[in-house]
Amino acid sequence: MNFKQSFKLAIKSLKSSKMRAFLTMLGIIIGVASVIILVSIMNGLSKDMTSRFESMGTNTITVNVMGRGTNRALAIEEVEKMVEENPDYLDRYSPRVTASVTAKRDVNSASTTVTGVNESYDDMQSIAVTDGRFIQYIDAERRQKVCVIGTYLVQELFDGMDPVGETLKINGSAYMVIGVLEETADSEESSGDDIIYIPYTTATRLAGSATIGSYYITAVDADKIENTMAIVERTLYSVFGDEDAYRVTSMSEMIDTVNEMTNSIALVLVGIAGISLVVGGIGIMNIMLVSVTERTREIGIRKSLGAKRKDIMRQFIIEAATTSSMGGVVGILFGLGAAYVAGILMDLSVAPSWNAVFIAFSVSVAIGMIFGYFPANKAAKMNPIDALRYD
Amino acid sequence: MIRFENIHKIYNMGENEVRALDGITLDIREKEMAAIIGQSGSGKSTCMNIIGCLDVPTEGKYYLNGRDVSDLKDDELAEIRNKTLGFIFQQYNLIPKLNVLENVELPLVYKGVLEKDRIDIAMEVLKKVGIEEKRNSMPSQLSGGQQQRVSIARALAGNPSIILADEPTGALDTKTGQEVLEFMQQLNEEGNTIILITHDMLVAEKAKRIIRISDGKIVEDSGREAAK
Repeated sequence: MNFKQSFKLAIKSLKSSKMRAFLTMLGIIIGVASVIILVSIMNGLSKDMTSRFESMGTNTITVNVMGRGTNRALAIEEVEKMVEENPDYLDRYSPRVTASVTAKRDVNSASTTVTGVNESYDDMQSIAVTDGRFIQYIDAERRQKVCVIGTYLVQELFDGMDPVGETLKINGSAYMVIGVLEETADSEESSGDDIIYIPYTTATRLAGSATIGSYYITAVDADKIENTMAIVERTLYSVFGDEDAYRVTSMSEMIDTVNEMTNSIALVLVGIAGISLVVGGIGIMNIMLVSVTERTREIGIRKSLGAKRKDIMRQFIIEAATTSSMGGVVGILFGLGAAYVAGILMDLSVAPSWNAVFIAFSVSVAIGMIFGYFPANKAAKMNPIDALRYD
Repeated sequence: MIRFENIHKIYNMGENEVRALDGITLDIREKEMAAIIGQSGSGKSTCMNIIGCLDVPTEGKYYLNGRDVSDLKDDELAEIRNKTLGFIFQQYNLIPKLNVLENVELPLVYKGVLEKDRIDIAMEVLKKVGIEEKRNSMPSQLSGGQQQRVSIARALAGNPSIILADEPTGALDTKTGQEVLEFMQQLNEEGNTIILITHDMLVAEKAKRIIRISDGKIVEDSGREAAK
């Protein structure tokens, strides 16, 4: 009795009772479909988040200074010196001073965030200016009151007209608009388009403190980010002499953290969905047991004609595996379809994982074989005389 | 060909010991047509189960084609059934889901014969029993007589040395039963060894040799002299 024959026979007996076959498969279908849906959505979410972080530059290192005792600040000269001394690792740097402000022009006003940076920041963060120019060295050097604004603010404060060369008031003092940022987030409030960049020197004054609390530093090579971070940390330790006075993080580290988080959430969800696969397997076992009993006579006939234990065993295991793998295929198709629809409805990007599809299929075949084993064994061990006499 | 040496089969039913076969010694030679006859409970079914390698004796030796098969394991017995024995049952015992051709092919499937050869052999035996035009029918579409022919074809397909028929006419009307018996006689004349198990003297009379069993013992054997 070869595989092909057992398979044909399995298909035949599934066809002969379609409703029963469908109900038997249902557990597997639901289990596989929910695994596929969950994995697709989680995959999509983590891709979204990763790409958001990646757009901020995977080679960016963030330094936050909390300070210690009287030594509270990291002077920009020290960062500059560190970058110049390590040209193989460190590329560029920019201070980052943020403040929440109110921006006004005539009767229009908006609450927004001001970020004080230097001339390197736009390149480091891949920020594009569509109109005018970005902050330049001389602006910071001379503490110019100039600003680059996002498209949301162009709409809110300038009613959409060209703002370059105009002035607006930030917390009461006048700034000249020198550039407009490229739209990145549909000009929505609190998005990447609701932002003002000004020279960091001007920003420290605006923020009411003379010190700079954080820096962005770019690494020459994103692959050497760990060595690069070590250099930065060493320098900071030599300044502060205390590891708690500063924190050095990198975007790739953040991406890793986010990925780890989404992965473990996905794992828990898939685990829960996996329980329904087990329940589906029990359903298959149940039906196979019924089927073995119903076909006792057939088993007796086959044995009298010379079927060995392994022949009978194979027949029933293949039947169970065929049932569950067909359930698996239906579940995969249903899951992919449902994930696609969910993606559209919930405005998520879903990314079906072919690994998950492959694993789901293998698991459903395996479940059939595992849960088919017990009934098949029962069939194989039947005594041919009793089986032949069975009505 | 078949040699029973003091075969006992004892069943333990709770505290009672049932001696279904109680010291049977028997020889059936090649090309014989023998009938084993007995009332129900006489032990003839047990006897047939042991001859058919569906069961093993509790005591005694059973030689089939010179090989001791008294203590073989399940799978070894299955192989012997497959290669040496052809069964014909009272209830035909065709598999309802399979068509005529597939039913006849079954012993060959377990023998490991290739599909193309299986079809050739199955068609040949179906022709022999005169039912080849029904090869694609399902068993439920056939009359009792036709089903019994299919089961004879299935028994012949494996080219067994012994055909074992358990009440082959039990479920058929007299006329069809006669036809089946005549066909079996014809098979015997062609050189097949046939053993009939029946409770019906009219059926048993078709055989050249009659072995009567009662209470697990042979009480009459018309062929014993001839066999010696």
